Parts: sequence; C-alpha cells; structure tokens
Amino acid sequence: MKGLLDQQFENGGVIITKVDDLLNWSRLSSLFPMTFGLACCAIEFMSTGSTVYDMDRFGMVPRASPRQSDVMIVSGTVTFKMADRIKQLYEQMSEPRYVISMGSCSNCGGPYWQHGYHVVKGVDRIIPVDVYVPGCPPRPEALIGGILKLHEKIRSESRMKPTAIEQLMNKDPQHA
Amino acid sequence: MPEKKERILSIIKEVSQEEIKEIPNSTPFGVIIKKEIILSLCDRLHHDSKLYFDMLSCITGVDNGVELGTMEVLYHLYSIPFNQSLVLKVILPRENPEVESVTRVWKTANWLEREVYDMFGIIFTNHPDLRRILMPADWKGYPLRKDYKHEEYYRGVKIDY
Repeated sequence: MKGLLDQQFENGGVIITKVDDLLNWSRLSSLFPMTFGLACCAIEFMSTGSTVYDMDRFGMVPRASPRQSDVMIVSGTVTFKMADRIKQLYEQMSEPRYVISMGSCSNCGGPYWQHGYHVVKGVDRIIPVDVYVPGCPPRPEALIGGILKLHEKIRSESRMKPTAIEQLMNKDPQHA
Repeated sequence: MPEKKERILSIIKEVSQEEIKEIPNSTPFGVIIKKEIILSLCDRLHHDSKLYFDMLSCITGVDNGVELGTMEVLYHLYSIPFNQSLVLKVILPRENPEVESVTRVWKTANWLEREVYDMFGIIFTNHPDLRRILMPADWKGYPLRKDYKHEEYYRGVKIDY
C-alpha cells in the first residue's frame, strides 16, 4: 500500500487529524540523533547509519551540534570525566529532547559495575533516559528496536492538559 | 647481539659505578638501576653512537603492595637503527616515591610519566607539566595502588553500583 501522502484523493486536499497526532508524527519521523560515540557501541551506532541498516529511513540524520539534535544516543561507557560533558551537551539540546541509553555500560555500568571506579554506573544517574537498549554491544537491529520503542513513546505523547484530576475535583459532591 | 649487550652493560657499569643487577628471566633483557642515575644513564644510552636508544616505548608503574613497601618504574627502551630493546627498572619506596623525569631525553616521556603519576602517585621531579592525564583533575587518590579505595561520591554522583 502506498503511503498516505502518495495516495490520490478523490476530492480536495484536506486531511483531518488531531493536532497531537500530526505533531507527534512529524516529531518522530525526523529524530535527529547527535553524533556522539563513547566506546564500542559507537561502532554499532555507525553501522546502524550505514547502508545495510539505513537509519535514514526513520528520518534520522546525525547532527554535529546538540542544538540541532532531538535525540542523544549514549553509545558506550560513561566515565566520570565524560559525565560533565554529557550533561552539558544534554542541556544544550533544545526541547523536546530524548535520550536512548545504548548498551550495558550506559545502562548500568556493564562489565565495569564492580571494579570500574571511573565508570558512572548508568547514565541515568546524570540525565533522564527514555529508552534503554540492552546488549554488549547491541546489534544495529537492537538499536533500531530502541528507536522504534522511542517512536511508540512519542506517538503516545499529548499536548492536552490532563483533565482526570480536574474532573474529580469538580464533581458535585451531592451526586457523587 | 652480544656485543651490543656488552656495550649496554659497560655503559651502565660506568655510570652507576657498581655491580650490575640484571632482572631475572626478563624478555627483553633488563637491568635494575639506582634511581639517582636514571637521567644521566638514559642520556648516555640515547646519545651513544653504537646503541642510540632513540625510542622510549613505554613507562610502566608497578605497586608491590603495602607489605613489601616498594614501587617500581620500568622504562622500555628501543633502538630503531640497531633493533635492540632494553628495560630499565627503578625501585622506589612506597612512601614518597620520587624519581627524576626523563623528558629531557625523550619528549614522549611527558605523557607516559603523567600516566604513571596519575595511576600510582609517583612524582617525577623536573617534569614540565605533571598533571593527571586520565582521571579528572580533582580526583582523589591513585587508582592502581594496591590499597586504593575510591570515594563514595564524585561530584554528587554515587560511584558504587
């Protein structure tokens, strides 16, 4: 089946959709990752961008600046010396920003969990993480799985004010 | 090779003015020397026309632990024109380990010595820029010492798992 925009429509060029759906769709279809590699996971990250796995089909083009990036893929061992830099780069990214923690090292310290005095035991101790990709290192398929998981997460986002609590508060006590 | 070895030994004997202590079973061949002569000996070995040790491949630190109370610094020398390797070993006390820097002979010693300083806390006197090279500048302690215990937190981040 053809994509929505490739189909011919009988009459008019009007598509009706929800604002949330439209914005989420545009957001998740062009997640620019930051060019960023810390260890061997970076090699798999590079493979993901190569022809065989073709990260570009998700609209993902690595950007060299945090100010142009939407997602930071922390690919590799986060040392304490690097931690400050990662935090700074994360803070330089404009919102909405997402973080994928790739591989055991950045998930929880990986093989350095016991004797790695120099390794931060999980990048989530420094910056918030949206998706964790397990593996040591994860294959490109696994990273793509993580990217699709992030797509799912973005797809369910909403810009609507939460109403559930308000409805509860406004409920007429006599009819409760 | 034997004539080169002879030459190395005669130079070491001349500079150190004492009996030669070879490192047993060392490959490549190595000699234990006093820390006072390290700079003058390296200078001689570097400038000797028959040996010309023009490359310092590596400087290694070793901590022998609290019981023995010693540390070691090993200099791995290589002569490119004569294809000859040599190891020099200096034994230092664990308290206040200090040895003269060889940066004046080989420029590469700058970073190698900084690494040994960073990991073992061995001071290289007359080093032009003795700072930590791998660990952050405000790190406490020297990680490869046998009795090293890391801090609980570094800049507010817990170190332990």
